[in-house]
Amino acid sequence: MHRYANPARTLRIVAALFPWIAGATALLFPLGLYLALAGSPADYQQGETVRIMYVHVPAAWLAMFIYSVMAVSSALALVWRHPVAELSARAAAPLGAGFTAVCLATGALWGQPMWGTWWVWDARLTSVLVLFFLYLGYIALADAFDDPERGGRAAGILAIVGWVNVPIVKFSVDWWNTLHQPASVTRLDAPAIHPDMLWPLIVMAAAFTALFTLLWMIRLRAELIERRNRVVEASLAEGLA
Amino acid sequence: MRLRKRQRMAVLVLALIGIGTATALTLTAFEDNLVFFHAPTDVIAKAVPAERRFRLGGLVEEGSVQRQADGVTVTFRVTDTVTSLPVRYTGVLPDLFREGQGVVAEGSLREGVFVAREVLARHDENYMPKEVADALKAAGQFKPEPPALPRERP
Repeated sequence: MHRYANPARTLRIVAALFPWIAGATALLFPLGLYLALAGSPADYQQGETVRIMYVHVPAAWLAMFIYSVMAVSSALALVWRHPVAELSARAAAPLGAGFTAVCLATGALWGQPMWGTWWVWDARLTSVLVLFFLYLGYIALADAFDDPERGGRAAGILAIVGWVNVPIVKFSVDWWNTLHQPASVTRLDAPAIHPDMLWPLIVMAAAFTALFTLLWMIRLRAELIERRNRVVEASLAEGLA
Repeated sequence: MRLRKRQRMAVLVLALIGIGTATALTLTAFEDNLVFFHAPTDVIAKAVPAERRFRLGGLVEEGSVQRQADGVTVTFRVTDTVTSLPVRYTGVLPDLFREGQGVVAEGSLREGVFVAREVLARHDENYMPKEVADALKAAGQFKPEPPALPRERP
């Protein structure tokens, strides 16, 4: 693991993977959008409104996945003082906040025609809103200190503590009565979703994941270069003094 | 150095266990406030006082939906397959409102009838194309699992 703690090596790995992830995103996104918007049937209950699900569900999965990436990165940074891990969490945070916002917005657009309301304070919707605020809190805290390392450490603790919310988001629909329906795909028996609709969903989930990985790598590279410039500037200032 | 890392690791693991336990206890304590709606069986067992506002949830009983003479008032029964309660509602129903589907109504009990101020449809977790649903119905195989019912509480 310490092999990846070397920023120069990380930059080389990012550069090598970049074209492949970019290619996968460019391929998967148009395919997924075609399948979701045109190549899949309307639902027997919801009609065409079901197509919102192909954006909403992958965004929700990524909202939980990215927060978990941040929590693991922060744990690596806090326990092993792994310098790239802290930057990886920082790079992921605004992306996670974005996907969570997409999840909340598409959910409201679906809820209005289907349930008859934009928003209710049930356990699933409320816990996702808390997840969104945790992302915003992390972003604010990470930049709240003059010393970026202290900011990273404080925000890292928030990321790890806040992770308790991720299982709450996932299992809220099983633990409590909610207006939100239970899981259709990730359950013990067969998915409660027809294969003609499951495949577009899987392609869209892969496309979203590829897009996240791509943006994450770009942001991680920028964070690494910025941190390096800071070190170079500091040593130059010292040399001049 | 190794020892330091191990200490930090131990602190992290202990903190996670502590936070997890605290969260689990809090959520269990507030369980009654975290549920979004109550099932008819629950409501009858708890003898909810009249005029107390709460949310009633379950399935719209098959064959129970009746439009009243004024054209905007609807009566139906909400069931959890064990017991059911009569509901009266005046207003616009959501698209997904139909017999056999999930519903959540907010309102209060008046002389044994739940007078709803707001009715929300509850979608179940089943997704399928219309043709598949029609084919299953034609073959008499149409058994989407009943939408998840509110669990019974001790």
